[in-house]
Amino acid sequence: MITVKELTRRYARTVAVNQISFTVDKGQIVGFLGPNGAGKTTTMRMLTCFLPPTSGTATVAGFDVLDQSLEVRRRIGYLPETPPLYPDMETRDYLRFVGRLKGLSGEELDRRVDYVIGRCAVSDVKHKLLGKLSKGYRQRVGLAQAIVHNPDVLILDEPTAGLDPKQINETRALIRDLAGEHTIILSTHILPEVEQTCQQVIIINKGRLVATDSVANLEGRARGAETMVLEAAARSGVLDAGAVQRRLAQVPGVGSVLIKEARPASAIFETESRKGELRRGDLARAVIEGGWDLNEIRPAAMTLEEIFLRLTGSEPAAAAEPTPEPAEPAPHEGAPAQAISDAEEPHA
Amino acid sequence: MKNTWIIFSKEMKSYFSSWVAYVLLVLFAVAFGYMFWIALDYFVTAGMEMQMSGQSYPMSINEQIIRPLLGNVSVLSLFFIPVITMRLFAEEKRTGTIELLATSPVRDFEIIFGKWLAALGLYACLLACTAIDFVFLFVYGHPDLKPLAAAYLGLLLQAGGLLALGTFISTLTRNQIIAGASTFAACLMLYVFAWVSGFNSSTWATVLAYLSVVTHDDSFAKGVIESKDAIYYLTVIFLGLFFTARSMESLRWRA
Repeated sequence: MITVKELTRRYARTVAVNQISFTVDKGQIVGFLGPNGAGKTTTMRMLTCFLPPTSGTATVAGFDVLDQSLEVRRRIGYLPETPPLYPDMETRDYLRFVGRLKGLSGEELDRRVDYVIGRCAVSDVKHKLLGKLSKGYRQRVGLAQAIVHNPDVLILDEPTAGLDPKQINETRALIRDLAGEHTIILSTHILPEVEQTCQQVIIINKGRLVATDSVANLEGRARGAETMVLEAAARSGVLDAGAVQRRLAQVPGVGSVLIKEARPASAIFETESRKGELRRGDLARAVIEGGWDLNEIRPAAMTLEEIFLRLTGSEPAAAAEPTPEPAEPAPHEGAPAQAISDAEEPHA
Repeated sequence: MKNTWIIFSKEMKSYFSSWVAYVLLVLFAVAFGYMFWIALDYFVTAGMEMQMSGQSYPMSINEQIIRPLLGNVSVLSLFFIPVITMRLFAEEKRTGTIELLATSPVRDFEIIFGKWLAALGLYACLLACTAIDFVFLFVYGHPDLKPLAAAYLGLLLQAGGLLALGTFISTLTRNQIIAGASTFAACLMLYVFAWVSGFNSSTWATVLAYLSVVTHDDSFAKGVIESKDAIYYLTVIFLGLFFTARSMESLRWRA
């Protein structure tokens, strides 16, 4: 349905998208994953014919985005990062306007507009001004606008950004429902979103394609390691976070221990270990037996940055910058997280 | 053409649903009504004075009321045209709706033409306000209709050119105030270029005067439709819309 070959987009000084290639089959939901500024929006804008590519080609439903742009635009529904709404228009009028813009007319226009109003659950606000809608409704009207002409391909740029958790779930469910009828590309920087909605993932970083894989495979690759977060507190007085950190590092299976946040009486730690090598009970016991209180222990959700680390083996942008190491550990003042690894302290 | 109509009707609706149109119409009607009252009062007073002193100079409603008043309208338009055009593209750029238009199966010139036509449509509504006042002249007098029609055509063409210019300027920024102020400055320049011919007859002064929108309105105001003046206005309209199209294209390359 979508074929992208060595697509490149340069701005005045930067290369936003650098020679990425991928294909998307009909009826699939593809997650377009990457940190902010990775080139997701630029790629989507090229697919929707908003931006012409600097070099490379992209075809949608067999039509070239540059040479047969009108044909491509007829077959694409696009929800940009901020829904393109006219604040002084009413929801229904707006959807009719977009429908006519996309080439619908007469009975079919009425039918489609009524259908998407029901489908995206915006019938409560169909006679309200778009400028007065809440964020959730704006997003849904944006989605309705994208599917009003029943396009083959749906391109959604961060469709859940800024929504509350309930709305996020509703939007994801709606997107999953739409999958049968449309081929969908959705961009996000939230990993669970991809896990819940997509079958295939395309990961880009700094304009380059990092990986393209199915969600199942990606999870397998990413979940090789396990991160636990735990909060320990002193029974009375001040907590010696350094001592807790050293104690945790001795637990069998623990690769490294990080102090994420240090307060006078308590601290939050993060331990990393290879999957299956660590027993959580050992961690808990280590804290209790050390004479501290264990307030919380839970597995940390994989962050996108960690996925990048695993997949690329390179440092993410933030960690790549050299951080000055303080000579003395100063955990009580919220100092930069310090890692103690097996190599440095051979206790284990 | 269908797409142009879709854009045109959407823009017209948005003028009238966002109060812009009503505010402009009221301000324009009040300003013109005041001018009309002054001109009429002057005309009537002059007529009565002449009767009492026994003189009889020829008096003409067309020459002494309609023509100077429509000259005033073209000055008044300088203030209204920027307000009409400033939002056309600047607002779409600011709210991001330009992405909707640019990714819809609609050609750029259809969008531009539709928006410009809507701007011209609103301007025509403003001109219609003047007609309300002129109706009284027809009720109580016998002015000539043809020169009035020619003068209206001239004003529409002149405004068409300036509106095209304003449309172009609106594509250059996402800030409506900047778009409006720049359009006002540009329109003003095109207006005052004519003044140079009053004291200077060198080549550049002639060129400058030729470029002015006022120079070409004279014939229309007299009731004569001169093809060279009509061609001037049509050229300005074409150039304005052409540059708008280029600007929209470059928007895609730079955006």
